[in-house]
Amino acid sequence: MGPFIEVVLGGLLAGVLYSLVALGFVLIFKASGVFNFAQGAMVLFAALSLVRLMSGELSAVHYWGAAAVLGVAVGYVLLLFWRRARPAAAPGRGASWGLIGVFGLIGAALAALHGTAGWSGWVAIPATAAIMGLLAVAIERLVLRPLVNQEPIILFMATIGITFFIDGFGQTIWGSEIYTLDLGIPKDPMFLLESVFEGGILVNKLDIFAAAIAGVLVAVLAVFFQKTRIGRALRAVADDHQAAQSVGIPLNQIWIIVWTVAGFVALVAGIVWGSALGVQFSIALVALKALPVLILGGFTSVPGAIIGGLIIGMGEKLAEVYLGPVLGGGIENWFAYMLALIVLLFRPQGLFGERIIERI
Amino acid sequence: MQRTRPVGDVLLKVDDITLSFGGVQALSGVSFDIRKHEIRAIIGPNGAGKSSMLNVINGFYHPQQGQITFKGQTRKQMRPHEAAAQGIARTFQNIALFRGMSTLDNIMTGRLLKMRSNFLFQLAWTGPAEQEETRHREFVEHIIDFLEIQSIRKTPVGQLPYGLQKRVELGRALAAEPELLLLDEPMAGMNVEEKEDMCRFILDVNDEFGTTIALIEHDMGVVMDLSDRVVVLDYGRKIADGTPDHVRGEQKVIDAYLGVSH
Repeated sequence: MGPFIEVVLGGLLAGVLYSLVALGFVLIFKASGVFNFAQGAMVLFAALSLVRLMSGELSAVHYWGAAAVLGVAVGYVLLLFWRRARPAAAPGRGASWGLIGVFGLIGAALAALHGTAGWSGWVAIPATAAIMGLLAVAIERLVLRPLVNQEPIILFMATIGITFFIDGFGQTIWGSEIYTLDLGIPKDPMFLLESVFEGGILVNKLDIFAAAIAGVLVAVLAVFFQKTRIGRALRAVADDHQAAQSVGIPLNQIWIIVWTVAGFVALVAGIVWGSALGVQFSIALVALKALPVLILGGFTSVPGAIIGGLIIGMGEKLAEVYLGPVLGGGIENWFAYMLALIVLLFRPQGLFGERIIERI
Repeated sequence: MQRTRPVGDVLLKVDDITLSFGGVQALSGVSFDIRKHEIRAIIGPNGAGKSSMLNVINGFYHPQQGQITFKGQTRKQMRPHEAAAQGIARTFQNIALFRGMSTLDNIMTGRLLKMRSNFLFQLAWTGPAEQEETRHREFVEHIIDFLEIQSIRKTPVGQLPYGLQKRVELGRALAAEPELLLLDEPMAGMNVEEKEDMCRFILDVNDEFGTTIALIEHDMGVVMDLSDRVVVLDYGRKIADGTPDHVRGEQKVIDAYLGVSH
């Protein structure tokens, strides 16, 4: 019994990592109907930014730039709160830009004072989040806005383009080697339930940490979608663009928000994957493992992404251990896709996806 | 008909609106106004440019020429969410509801612009956010009572019959407490009973809330009964404008609808 539970648990915890990537896909698909092929590239980009900012091996320009982006983001968020709290007292357009610019300069100046030593995670993580926000704004301006009202397949092709761009751009500015990400998350294995089973159950502390993070993330996202004004607006945009605009929801802002949130999710996935495997190009390829997760869970369901990831992770490990000896091993590599194929045959909308019924 | 709020000043004025898509001229030099508290109908044969006109007013289309004055403010073009923020709400010819949401949630989206509290409070679901949500919910319940759709409050709108979906869409537009309500064929595809209900709701909205209404409708009986004044479009041009009785007698209108022999 002990080894079986160990395999199941190991599979579930590996599945959490798939879920984290799949979650980013679901968010963007839900809100804009775009299948964002670039999610994997965003995970790599976020992980690279973070690990390199912490490394202390970059030129001063990198640190000034990143700090300026962080400053701008802080300034922008403060302004948003100001506008909402006291609309009358808030500064006008020009003054707002000025204020945001000042925050950017303050950021760059602080970075210059700090020199080129590596940043601690407490600064590097918010800075990376800000960079992901900037990326979202750039994508909205340069790709989504010009392509508004185009067919989904065209937007999908555009995201493939974005993927290659981000892959190349990220490695150009941050470097393209394998980097170790160490945020102080414990990585050593530990034994559970030693009194119940002989030898106990071996799990990695990092996996448990990842599961906890994923749990918190999902809870926050679920409340965000259900309870907040922005969440409601996101769901409305997902259902009908025109109707959403007619009740006063600005599409462009919503797209920026959802890509930013997907960027944050990519950052979390990047932290977890990077800590486990090191930050390297192969992280971008984990996005491919998210595809069977999405097919299984349904493209529009946040809980579906989580449960799909868990099922795939567990199924892979179980198949490898128990079917492997019979079939000759290597099952872990194709099992997920096989499962996805079967789901497509019997339940094309996935376990939790919405089934659209057209009345004729 | 005795109305509690008499027709007032000009609320919206469109001036010399010209709109074309490539070589197709959808609207050419159309001008008219809509007065406060009135029900204004826009009619015309298929392809006359009626829906295009609504889309111009609400910011979906940007005319190549002309001006729109709303509440004394003149603008050349405006985006749909800005129009909504200024008090223009609308319904669509082909129902555009949020199919995944319940009736209640659909109508609540109409209140989005009025929600002010900080999203951190909303996440935590306490303090000002909770009070605000309750206040908006009360207003929405009032609309639900008004439209007599209490029994489908929690039903996903995708499952509702056509007539009720149209009613929910009207509810969502009303939730924004608009000053100007644009209705694009509110009675298309309805049976007689549903049409009568919808007529009653439109008149009640106009009377109780004092909402100014501009509507496109094909059913002439309905138009003549409901509206204070009628604009007639044909091939993108205005061919008549006035009270239902006046418009009905115009030779151009009769020609447009019945065709002329050459």
